Amino acid sequence: MAKLILHQLSKDFGTGKPAVSAVSLDIREGGFLALLGPSGCGKTTVLRMIAGFEQPSDGSILYGERLLSDAAGIVPPEKRNMAMVFQSYALWPHMSVADNVGYPLKVRGISGERYCAKVGEALDSVRLAAYGDRRPADLSGGQRQRVALARCLVTSPDVVLLDEPLANLDRHLRQEMEETFREFHARSGATMIYVTHDQAEAMAVATDVAVMSEGRLLQVAAPAGIYARPEGKLVGGLIGQGAILSLPHDFSARRDLGWEALRSLFNATDAATPNADILVRPQDVVLSPEGIAATVVSAVFEGERYALRLQLADGQALRAFSRDPALPGDRVGVVISHGWRL
Amino acid sequence: MAVLRQKANSQPRWLFPFVVAVVFGLCVVPLLRLAYAGTQSLLRGDVGALLSDVSVWQAALNTLSTSLFGMLISVTVGGLFALALTLCDVRGKWLLSFLFMLPTMIPPQVTALAWIGMTGPSSPLLKMLSLAPPLGSPQPLYSIAGISLLLGVQHAPLVYLALRAGLMSLPRDGIEAAKLSGASPRQVLADIVLPLSVPGLIAGAAIAFVSGVGNFGIPAILGIPAQILTLPTLIYSRFASFGTSTFGDIAVLSGMIAVIAVVGLSIQERALKGRDYRLIGLSGSIATFRLGRLRPPVELLLWLLIAIMLVAPFLALLASALVPAYGVVLSLKSLTFGAFEEILFRQTVTRTAFANSLFLASAAAFGLLIIGVLTAYALTRGRGRLTGLLSAMIEIPYALPGIVVSVAFILVFAAPLPVLGVSIYGTIWIILAAYFASFFAVGLKPIISSFRQLDPALEEAARLSGAGFARRLFDIIVPLIAPAAGASVILVFLIACNELTVSALLWSAGTQTLGVVIYNLDDSGSFDLASALSVLVIAMVVVLMLLLELLAARLPKGVVPWRN
Repeated sequence: MAKLILHQLSKDFGTGKPAVSAVSLDIREGGFLALLGPSGCGKTTVLRMIAGFEQPSDGSILYGERLLSDAAGIVPPEKRNMAMVFQSYALWPHMSVADNVGYPLKVRGISGERYCAKVGEALDSVRLAAYGDRRPADLSGGQRQRVALARCLVTSPDVVLLDEPLANLDRHLRQEMEETFREFHARSGATMIYVTHDQAEAMAVATDVAVMSEGRLLQVAAPAGIYARPEGKLVGGLIGQGAILSLPHDFSARRDLGWEALRSLFNATDAATPNADILVRPQDVVLSPEGIAATVVSAVFEGERYALRLQLADGQALRAFSRDPALPGDRVGVVISHGWRL
Repeated sequence: MAVLRQKANSQPRWLFPFVVAVVFGLCVVPLLRLAYAGTQSLLRGDVGALLSDVSVWQAALNTLSTSLFGMLISVTVGGLFALALTLCDVRGKWLLSFLFMLPTMIPPQVTALAWIGMTGPSSPLLKMLSLAPPLGSPQPLYSIAGISLLLGVQHAPLVYLALRAGLMSLPRDGIEAAKLSGASPRQVLADIVLPLSVPGLIAGAAIAFVSGVGNFGIPAILGIPAQILTLPTLIYSRFASFGTSTFGDIAVLSGMIAVIAVVGLSIQERALKGRDYRLIGLSGSIATFRLGRLRPPVELLLWLLIAIMLVAPFLALLASALVPAYGVVLSLKSLTFGAFEEILFRQTVTRTAFANSLFLASAAAFGLLIIGVLTAYALTRGRGRLTGLLSAMIEIPYALPGIVVSVAFILVFAAPLPVLGVSIYGTIWIILAAYFASFFAVGLKPIISSFRQLDPALEEAARLSGAGFARRLFDIIVPLIAPAAGASVILVFLIACNELTVSALLWSAGTQTLGVVIYNLDDSGSFDLASALSVLVIAMVVVLMLLLELLAARLPKGVVPWRN
């Protein structure tokens, strides 16, 4: 096992705008990286370049010391020892579940007892041992997904790629599958790269999250880190819930802001200070009469609490949670216990 | 660190050049050779003698008139069937459409024989019914009108198919909207349905015309005895009386056929211009008109037409095959299977023909399957600009009349092959090569549409599993496209087994095909044997079509030509 290195990776399909530009990323051995971004940001293209389906226009991909791809040529996918779970699952409809799972072994010339044992083991690990003789068409969406996963597992690949694997599943199944992916990662020890546009999913499964937008890599960090300290407005808006306030702020000061610091920013009148973007998470907004004035715009009951949309006196929007109901138009005071300068 | 050479393409390096070579070898080189021979002949001035020959112009005129009249008949009959079977609540649609499609699949020379058996003074069928005209009266089909009529019957299904494809996409909501606007069924038909079906009708008419121009079997059997020559039969007779300037002459003559075909197609193109009615709306369910009290008469008319076009000729053919000699009245006493016995067990030439046709048809079907799978792979997976050009080139020999293709192949292979120094001229291999070129497009179409439906991820998953090109092809792709591949094999087999146009020019002693033998038997007066052989051929056609019918449920749309 070794590190997977993307070096200044670029891809231009000749459409005038590069799909991926100069993405550099080290994925540590056994890491679980989620590649997150809105649709069309180039994340799937990066994944397909790692798999070897697309050739980079520039830059290179290395697995440890081994060069996998550059603009001059590639190691074809069939020689990479990687595996992938496709969005459409890509199960072969003419083979049984067991044959689907065992195909990578068959190609490698493994047969007989060892073949059966490995296929059985892989099906066991996704709790489908009883389904080996069925056809993929007879399975539910979640079961098909698990067959695709078992097919990845069976050859102990160096790198496992997952392309929006939960996009076609309902919400209940998603949570179950997220758990399965985490288990799978812990057991296999393979390096995993997971493409998704759903930030909650990315943070739930991965050990690292890389955020992409318009072909560029914006930030890479652990889920907790990227949630607490996002870089820039794009990442701040993409990860977690929150509102971004624009307040005059001295950029040399610390980026973690408490209520004292924030209140002084609200009261600042010095026009010479440039404005900065401050991210405020809803759980850090406390309704309290001693805070600054705000008006309730809407209140949605979410079960465990109310989600409020507020408007400050200067028109800026803010989000908050509340245990008590509120009506649109209510006047409240808010204390912002924590903010983060983007 | 090693230098990487391979590109991120799923095709092996040899595939694309291979496909380019096949397409050029089969579709481009022979036609260039034909054009070259024609130009040479022009430059030498041989053309003057040819063009001052009245019979050439007469043949060109005959070709034009028979094709045009045939086209009118095809459009009338095919249009009626398409409207009735697609839009109206006629009963027994499946059977009617299956029976109506049969004439296209039955070889034209067989159609001609069957109709001869149905009409004229010696018809065993008419004699049995005591309806035969007196002996010595002329066979009415040996005329321009007869040729036109049979061309019309033979190609009516082509109009039917083209029009039906257009009518199928006619959205029900469009017709319902017209009805809600207050239009009566008659007005809906006149204002909505007919204008929208014009493009399909034009396309069908063009196909019928071009097929008529290139048809050899019908004018050969009906025209040659009456000295009515069309361009294809003129080429055939020139070729039979091999002279010094033959090659140049037939090159120019087939050039004339090609020009008529191309002009026909470009008139179609112009007629279609400005008629690009992209149908908007949900085209899921097809509109259906209730015929009401008109239904029984319409159904009667359709069945009557089927009876005249198909059932009666076939019964006549059967009757001709079951009498001991042509002209004898068919009765229980005179009934004999002697003709079948003769062709199946005694005549070596028919047995050879069966063997040749079966070999040629299976070799063409399976050879084109292999070439087709590789070509479809290269064309659907490749991104280059060349792929569009290649697809267009594959269509050329199919669009051109078969006789043009055979002349082109004669010209290419008349001389010994370069490098090898062997000539395949006069052997069965030249027929096979011409079949490959002629039926490439037929065999490729089902496979390509199946490839287009395939989720690329299925193959990509196999690549990541470690499977190389050949392995993926056999384990994943071929099983997934198997129904379409089966359809392709049956279609090519069906057409190749029955064709006459290509082999009429390319056969020599020992390499006769079924089509050639039927023609020769009739030509030498053995009408009963020709009929018996035709009956067997029709039986084979029906069996193969039913086989395709069974496959149809598992095929992508549009693969089986008579189903939608």
